[in-house]
Amino acid sequence: MNKETDHLAQLQQIRALMERSSRFISLSGLSGVFAGIFALLGALAAYFYLGNKINTTSYFDYPVNSSVESNNEVLSFFLIDAIFVLVASIVVGLILTWRSAKKNGQTIWDATAKRMLINLMIPLVTGGFFCMILLMHGLIGLVAPVTLIFYGLALINGSKYTLDDIRYLGICEIILGLLASIFIGYGLLFWAIGFGVLHIVYGLLMYNKYER
Amino acid sequence: MKNFIEDLNKAFESRIRLGIMSVLMVNNWVDFGTLKEMLQVTDGNLASHITALEKMEYIKVQKQFVGKKPNTSYAVTKAGKKAFSNHLDALENLLKKRN
Repeated sequence: MNKETDHLAQLQQIRALMERSSRFISLSGLSGVFAGIFALLGALAAYFYLGNKINTTSYFDYPVNSSVESNNEVLSFFLIDAIFVLVASIVVGLILTWRSAKKNGQTIWDATAKRMLINLMIPLVTGGFFCMILLMHGLIGLVAPVTLIFYGLALINGSKYTLDDIRYLGICEIILGLLASIFIGYGLLFWAIGFGVLHIVYGLLMYNKYER
Repeated sequence: MKNFIEDLNKAFESRIRLGIMSVLMVNNWVDFGTLKEMLQVTDGNLASHITALEKMEYIKVQKQFVGKKPNTSYAVTKAGKKAFSNHLDALENLLKKRN
């Protein structure tokens, strides 16, 4: 009897070590929720900015038919807006992940974190460059869909080295990105759904599943 | 009636050796420091178990320098992979038989 529980304990220990040593499991679900909230605030700011800026055309049409001069001003606003969202999300994400890593007995910066980040960054950086190239060609309307698609690909690539659930978030982002590239004027709306709503939903799901 | 207990590999009886093999099974090359952190053991303890596994040719060793510090990494060999899988199967069979 005693022997049996011993074997069971051994198997459980093996499974836990395999998991802990190969995957970065400390990503906090709450950081997803916060990233989503920041993204929604950012999208809201952009919405009001565009609303004030152009009274004649509706903001949805703006990215498809606008002159180059006014684009620069709008673009720099978008850039600052996006950077704010990104920095806020990363800072809060790091703090929360650091907390949950401490709870899991993982350090925040170990081999698993490194591996996940590298695999996440490859499609993400590719997408970033691709967006700049799109801007260079004046294809502003395609930027929002492209960020969603590449972000989705990045999540799927990184999911091999962290919790599997991230994969499904990635698939949702890609589908949303493809839809956004069909309905090209609604970039901001799709962007708000993809980076805002989806992050909040997934963050809450993950939080319920792993951290409660 | 087969005796499942005989299938259990004596080499993996120790908790630490089991841990070393588990980590190496799912990672390519793991260095000493990471193993130590993962298993929460002392240097000497870990080193002696690693040597034992190395002698049985279940794991292989790679020494290199990171800057001026020597860095030793470990990986499972084919024989090690096979032996560990057999051991896991034996454990599983033992548990199944009892239920």
